Amino acid sequence: MANRLIISLSPHVHGGDSVQKNMYGVCIALVPALLASLWFFGLGAAIVLATSVLSCVFFEWAITKFLLKRPGCTICDGSAVLTGLLLGFNLPSNLPIWLIIIGALVAIGIGKMTFGGLGQNPFNPALVGRVFLLISFPVQMTSWPVAGQLTAYTDAETAATPLFIMQNAIASGDPAELQKLPDATQMLIGQTGGSLGEVSALLLLIGCAFMLWKKIITWHIPVSILGTVAVFSGIMHIVNPIYAMPHVVLMSGGLILGACFMATDYVTSPMTGKGQLIYGICIGLLTVIIRNWGAYPEGMSFAILIMNAFTPLINTYCKPERFGEVIRKEEKK
Amino acid sequence: MKTFKIGGVHPAENKLSAASPIREAALPKQAVFSMFQHIGAPAKPVVKKGDEVKVGTLLAEAGGFVSAPIHSSVSGKVSKVDVALDASGTRRMAVYVDVEGDEWEESIDRSPALVKLSNRPELDSKAIVEKIKNAGIVGMGGATFPCHVKLSPPPGCKAECVIINAVECEPYLTADHRLMLEHPEEILVGLQLIMKAVGVNKGYIGIENNKPDAIALMTEKAKGYQGIEVVPLKVKYPQGGEKQLIDAVISRQVPAPPAIPINVGAVVQNVGTAFAIYQAVMKNKPLIDRIITVTGKSVKQPSNLLARLGTPFQQLIDECGGLPEDSGKIIGGGPMMGKALLSLDIPMTKGSSGLLIMNDKEARRAQPSPCIRCAKCVSACPMGLEPYLLSKQSKLEDWEGAEKNDITSCIECGSCQFTCPSHRPLLDMIRVGKSTVMGIIRSRAAK
Repeated sequence: MANRLIISLSPHVHGGDSVQKNMYGVCIALVPALLASLWFFGLGAAIVLATSVLSCVFFEWAITKFLLKRPGCTICDGSAVLTGLLLGFNLPSNLPIWLIIIGALVAIGIGKMTFGGLGQNPFNPALVGRVFLLISFPVQMTSWPVAGQLTAYTDAETAATPLFIMQNAIASGDPAELQKLPDATQMLIGQTGGSLGEVSALLLLIGCAFMLWKKIITWHIPVSILGTVAVFSGIMHIVNPIYAMPHVVLMSGGLILGACFMATDYVTSPMTGKGQLIYGICIGLLTVIIRNWGAYPEGMSFAILIMNAFTPLINTYCKPERFGEVIRKEEKK
Repeated sequence: MKTFKIGGVHPAENKLSAASPIREAALPKQAVFSMFQHIGAPAKPVVKKGDEVKVGTLLAEAGGFVSAPIHSSVSGKVSKVDVALDASGTRRMAVYVDVEGDEWEESIDRSPALVKLSNRPELDSKAIVEKIKNAGIVGMGGATFPCHVKLSPPPGCKAECVIINAVECEPYLTADHRLMLEHPEEILVGLQLIMKAVGVNKGYIGIENNKPDAIALMTEKAKGYQGIEVVPLKVKYPQGGEKQLIDAVISRQVPAPPAIPINVGAVVQNVGTAFAIYQAVMKNKPLIDRIITVTGKSVKQPSNLLARLGTPFQQLIDECGGLPEDSGKIIGGGPMMGKALLSLDIPMTKGSSGLLIMNDKEARRAQPSPCIRCAKCVSACPMGLEPYLLSKQSKLEDWEGAEKNDITSCIECGSCQFTCPSHRPLLDMIRVGKSTVMGIIRSRAAK
């Protein structure tokens, strides 16, 4: 035995954290919202989510094995499952299966594996997939089924979402249009039209609280995004009542899903608290700008993707506060 | 409760030997004294083959100002002056002594009676530092920096307080904890001596809150000593780092190198060093033994041993129930910063604070996976660095970039690698980068 000692450098112990724990932690945080989407959209939600997750995992496996020819298996790390879940959450529940598969291929194939796989992608893969679908198939991607049709899939009845109502109000310049919005409690619980995973604000926030508790994410990104949107849209509402109330803006569309689950993606968000705040504030501003004055009713995906592109720049300029820095600054003065 | 401001982690404490009183280890058959037991120039042997030595006889003199003499911890005959494998894994010059009996130099006072500072009013700063220097005392926490150097502030610097490092933030180790419980007064007198040596009248003892018995006892005993305050600290690694401890205790941050603690008025010494200083100054006893924790989950009797320097580690393990079957790695020191040992024949030195035996399963690292840029290393780093970036720059040999991102500030505490969910060997890479960048800086300065 004595001649077979293991030699390695310190540290000799590890905290026990792992990529899987973090990825599946986020998946667990999404479970309440997932159950809600099944409750509200029934069969359609089940088909969309299952297709999305399975095809993301399949493409990750196939690309790793046949195109990159890498040994080992990366699908167990949970990141493909998570991308699939998030992509599914960003789609309407009546989307045909072939479109979902294309979305998954773009998300994993172009969004992630092109750059070398986990950890290398500059843009959030699920959002790359979603935005690709949104731009290529705008009709299918913007018809939102009404909640409560449990057995319907592509034949589901559709209706305007709160985001459309808000955009109409701005377009027509008539604040009375906003009367058509569902009331706040309904939006909190999730009885409104929209993408699968973005309907129940309350359950998404519970998931977010779980991630904060488990220290999977820090508060910086969600708080800065939601805070910025609340303040900015609040000012807009006071200036001109055709812009919706801030609490309605916060609970509509993919804002909470994006702020808590998409913008907080490790790989594509900045590394320091300071950087994350800048990133979050910019996402908040861009989202409100695109929603109010852009061509699309929803601006969250674009805002996050735009700021993903700025992440390396933010990382270059936002350094953590070094030990002893305070004194160094004083010396310079 | 006080603690340092930036970063930090909380490894499982595993203080298995905390309740085990210090016991004296048996004398070795042969003691081996490495000439490299401290940071700085190696000591120069002053004995030759065949010389008779006693406990406390000088074996080697200091090789320069930043160096320390080495004394024999056993009595017997010098059998050879030759190379020996040491804890760093290299073969270096050492003095071998074959043990015969246990005869001590007469000048050493072996009585247990406490000698207070008031009993020795003739001691002034210069005399204290001189005694410490001649006793070969080095930092006993593991850094082994020659003690007298720290007590001789460079011109223009003025010490304001002395901080005793009794944090023992390394998991498993309990040597300092036991020392405080069994020799509190000696430590306090040792602290008084350091305070007198650097001319200050404020002394702190920083103890982490996972040792409430030591905090209570030291606080009680400190009442009898003017200007000494015990500071309980929140449990967080690496609080025993010199800079982190100063930040935790007096809320001052030592700037980046080349600044040193004295620049913010602090002199930090380990609690074991304070005890050794007491023995050197008051009892005339050079540094010839120390307390070492022998521990591990499979070790039969995790213990704190008072062992003579030069005792081979094998013998210390035998005293604690022998080497367990499933041993995979033997670590000199604690699990966060200790060194994996090549062999059990390596002798213990002035810096040996612990001997940790890990089983085969614990000893192996998990397979690393790609960096997911989760930033957990950035929030764990107690120096406010970006470990993910430094390790990448080191790998890409971007020395300029690494220097610009303050790689030389890294204290190699391992918090980044401990916390990394991808099990990446961050510190391995950063060490390579840090030593290369420091070499570049030195050669630039030489020009």
